[in-house]
Amino acid sequence: MADAPTSDLAPAERRSIIRDSLGVGIATGLYGVSFGAVSVAAGLSVLETCALSLVMFTGASQFAFVGVAASGGAPLSGALTALMLGTRNTLYGLKLAPLLGLHGWRRVAAAQLVIDESTAMSVTRGSGAAARVGFLTTGLTVFALWNLFTLVGAIAGNLIGDPKTYGLDAAVGGAFLALLWPRLADPRNRVIAVCAAAVALGVVPITAAGVPVLVAGGVALLAGVLTPTASDETELPRR
Amino acid sequence: MTWLAILGAGVGCYLLKLAGVSLPSRVLEHPLVERVADLIPVALLAALVAVQVFADGTQLTVDARAAGLAAAVVALLLRAPFLVVVLVAAATAALLRLLFPGW
Repeated sequence: MADAPTSDLAPAERRSIIRDSLGVGIATGLYGVSFGAVSVAAGLSVLETCALSLVMFTGASQFAFVGVAASGGAPLSGALTALMLGTRNTLYGLKLAPLLGLHGWRRVAAAQLVIDESTAMSVTRGSGAAARVGFLTTGLTVFALWNLFTLVGAIAGNLIGDPKTYGLDAAVGGAFLALLWPRLADPRNRVIAVCAAAVALGVVPITAAGVPVLVAGGVALLAGVLTPTASDETELPRR
Repeated sequence: MTWLAILGAGVGCYLLKLAGVSLPSRVLEHPLVERVADLIPVALLAALVAVQVFADGTQLTVDARAAGLAAAVVALLLRAPFLVVVLVAAATAALLRLLFPGW
């Protein structure tokens, strides 16, 4: 597979990549419904909610933005948290660019599809052609369904009344934990996660809503700068 | 103000993606870049979990949301998909509030 020419792809392999990508894309797109419902519960309008999914289009940042809004934080705190979470897409893009080989307007358009799922379904492929099929199929499926189900969730969320009755405030914590969970396989990440949570809770009583999360992000930056390469020796091998 | 934040952060998130596919990939070879880029999502998501569940304004509280989080942990240990985890957390908190109003 690694030796396959980048220009063509066996029909069987192409079908198999498309099938896997559609599966991931549909599962991810469906949970746009939970974002839509949580966002209107946080006080955003249906239009604002849909704009987030269309323009921002990166789940963790969107949940962070509305999470800060729900806790009464300033929109600026929500925006900064969303942007900090969005930096990992830059890293994904750096890994994807040589594989996808996109230029001009195609690159400008494809950039919006650089998210966790489309990256996961393409960086592990053996050839550029296979990576492109995985990236585009997953990215376009998630984009279409995520936006559709955001609208469905936002409209439904507006109809059901007090969101606390349905535990929607608890759903946000569950959503963040589910996004964090796969990263906790790395022992170093578990330490960072516990420290960040403790720091955030520690500053909750003394800062405005939204600020504790940014302080925790600052701690991670410091930890990254200050921990010397010694910690890399215990690092798990990367995919 | 909210619209400004939504569009500003939205366009900013897009530009972060565009920068990734446009910058030379040797930026990645810088160990500090990769380390910090790995740590930030972990720290932010963990902090978001903690604050969403245990903070009420500037007060720390334990209420039905904590039970929802515990249920989410169980669902994740059972390898439940994302949507199930979220639903389990919400349903647990909703049920507790039905049984103990005001919690």
